[in-house]
Amino acid sequence: MAYALQQLINGISLGMIYGLIAVGYTMVYGIIGMINFAHGDIFMVGAFVALIAIVMIVSGGLMEGPGALVLVLAIAMAFTSLYGWTVERVAYRPLRGSFRLAPLISAIGMSIVLQNFVQVSQGARVKPLEPQVTGGFEIMRDGDFAVQLSNMQILIVCTTLFVLAVFTWLVTRTSLGRAMRACEQDRRMAGLLGIDTDRTISLTFVIGGSLAAVAGTLYLLRYGVIDFYIGFLAGVKAFTAAVLGGIGSLPGAVLGGLLIGLIETFWSAYFSVQYKDVAAFSILALVLILMPTGLLGRQEVEKV
Amino acid sequence: MSGDVAAFAMAQRPRLAAAALKDAGITALVALALFAPLVGLRTDVAPNGALFLRPRWAEVAILVLLAFALRLGLVYWQAMRGPPRLPSAARAAVAARAGRLFAPVLLGLAVLLPFIPGTGRYELDLGILVLTYVMLGWGLNIVVGLAGLLDLGYVAFYAVGAYSYALLAQHFGFSFWVCLPLAGIMAAFWGVLLGFPVLRLRGDYLAIVTLAFGEIIRVVLLNWVSLTGGPNGMTGIPRPSFFGLPFSMSGGEGTFAGFFGIEPDPIHRVVFLYYLILILALLTNWVTVRIRRQPLGRAWEAMREDEIACRALGINIVATKLTAFALGAMFGGFAGAFFATRQGFISPESFTFIESAIILAIVVLGGLGSQIGVAVAAIVMIGGFELFRDLEEWRMLVFGAAMVVIMVLRPRGLVGSRTPTVALGQRRVIAAEHVAEGRG
Repeated sequence: MAYALQQLINGISLGMIYGLIAVGYTMVYGIIGMINFAHGDIFMVGAFVALIAIVMIVSGGLMEGPGALVLVLAIAMAFTSLYGWTVERVAYRPLRGSFRLAPLISAIGMSIVLQNFVQVSQGARVKPLEPQVTGGFEIMRDGDFAVQLSNMQILIVCTTLFVLAVFTWLVTRTSLGRAMRACEQDRRMAGLLGIDTDRTISLTFVIGGSLAAVAGTLYLLRYGVIDFYIGFLAGVKAFTAAVLGGIGSLPGAVLGGLLIGLIETFWSAYFSVQYKDVAAFSILALVLILMPTGLLGRQEVEKV
Repeated sequence: MSGDVAAFAMAQRPRLAAAALKDAGITALVALALFAPLVGLRTDVAPNGALFLRPRWAEVAILVLLAFALRLGLVYWQAMRGPPRLPSAARAAVAARAGRLFAPVLLGLAVLLPFIPGTGRYELDLGILVLTYVMLGWGLNIVVGLAGLLDLGYVAFYAVGAYSYALLAQHFGFSFWVCLPLAGIMAAFWGVLLGFPVLRLRGDYLAIVTLAFGEIIRVVLLNWVSLTGGPNGMTGIPRPSFFGLPFSMSGGEGTFAGFFGIEPDPIHRVVFLYYLILILALLTNWVTVRIRRQPLGRAWEAMREDEIACRALGINIVATKLTAFALGAMFGGFAGAFFATRQGFISPESFTFIESAIILAIVVLGGLGSQIGVAVAAIVMIGGFELFRDLEEWRMLVFGAAMVVIMVLRPRGLVGSRTPTVALGQRRVIAAEHVAEGRG
């Protein structure tokens, strides 16, 4: 029981990170209907920018404590969202209106570019970072087994909930969010009604990039080891989460992320660690085969 | 007409210069922000395990200047280029005329390559590599280009073929020629097995599930150590023989060199492998071209254009999709068996997602459904990749950038036109813009 509770805590904190990345996928898919394959690598860039910022600010002794972490997060969000914007501007915008596979290939190319750019510029070796957030609580004890809730996990959950709350406000209450939802429903009509669709799409990538940066920073702080390749698997799992929740649905992405995190954690804890990716992918295949629109997705009506 | 444009451009020059400078300036600023953290501050691990930053501002300055110059050049080029040239259908006709000559020349070159003076071991190995990708591209072309099913896990069938050959040869001692069809059948079987659950899925959902299947197969190969050797892979896979005559340096009675009474030379095996993959690739092409004219091939292309209309006209969608998966997978399996016998060593490392992505890129860059386009794209991408061998880790960066650039400049692929397979009366070229994309 205590063991399961511990896994639940671990699973939720992992799932929150997946959820943050998944929102970026689902948003882009909703608005321009393409798999932004480079999004996982944007997450990786976010983790690297955060690493550089931490080494500069904390290890360099400029600042300490929670203030420094907020600053690191802000820096990571600013630079990473610029990467998101650039990727859209360079690789996707020229292909708008082209046939559907073109942006997908371009996105795969961009993903290769980002990975190898970071490999060349930052080196192929893994970067270990000493823990920045330590300590925690013991919330339950069952015999020898103590259920730990670390400060890091609290930080992950609180940050994610805060960021998602801001994001939800942005999408549901602001004129930008209204424009985004309009573009999602019918881009051409939204354009005719005076919405700058190019700008809206760019801003979508900026928001997606900054959410990925939050995820990257939290991932770095939680696991302490990153390399240029972390984006691929995290990206695929987050996309899985987005599809699981019903692609295009924002609450669905977070729900899917949580589910993938929980499935992966429980599978590793009770069955085998090696096959944890197989578990996540099998669940994806099963869900799609049984309900092809995902958990919270809209049923698509096909017009002939 | 172009004179008018030039005169107009002359008159506009001062305004253009100001606009271009402003544009390039903004680009340089963006580049500065992009490169300052990741290039300018390199994180290195100190001997005591702590991280420290090594500043490299000179590199950042070079990159920013480069971005400025490139953008400036691009703006000027776009302004001077004038209106777009011939409409694409007319251009496609010209390309088609050239293409009719191009394909036989390319084929002749491929057949004669081992005899062209100056062709050494390195060139032949490169030829084998390119032809392997041509074959994989043609195999995937059946699934993506003809049937319109977006498959991101094609490398799984390549892996199934390679491991089938390795396992059959090692455990049962079957020869390459027995294993080749078996590997193809195994891969086709897996194609059907993985095709069944995804019959209802379309487009991107199909893409992501096939990607997941590809990863599942790779993870299983990686972890089923007792069967596949796990991450260490399988070594000592038998090399192919010339219909029972092994390539041996001893030059004895039962060997290839001994049988034909020639001097033993390691190049013999390479030449044999080269022709083997050439024949396998041509077989793939031949089967594809023939099937396209049959009801099955037409059903694939009809399904790509409109699945609902196909259903309404009574085409069996289940059979149509599964045959596409099975045939595509079978050729992937053949290529896998060839890969295993050529390398003599296989490991899950060779079957990562990036391989699937490269094969898909070859198909799309070649122009979906175009056989010659796939061959050209394979030569450009894989051969070009080899050209940058000296750049080492920069090579993948160039490769990815090339994918983006080709896609942006030619979204319909290098050969963006095709003649209809079946036509009533006069054959006309269809511009690729009129062919619906693979919608899955």
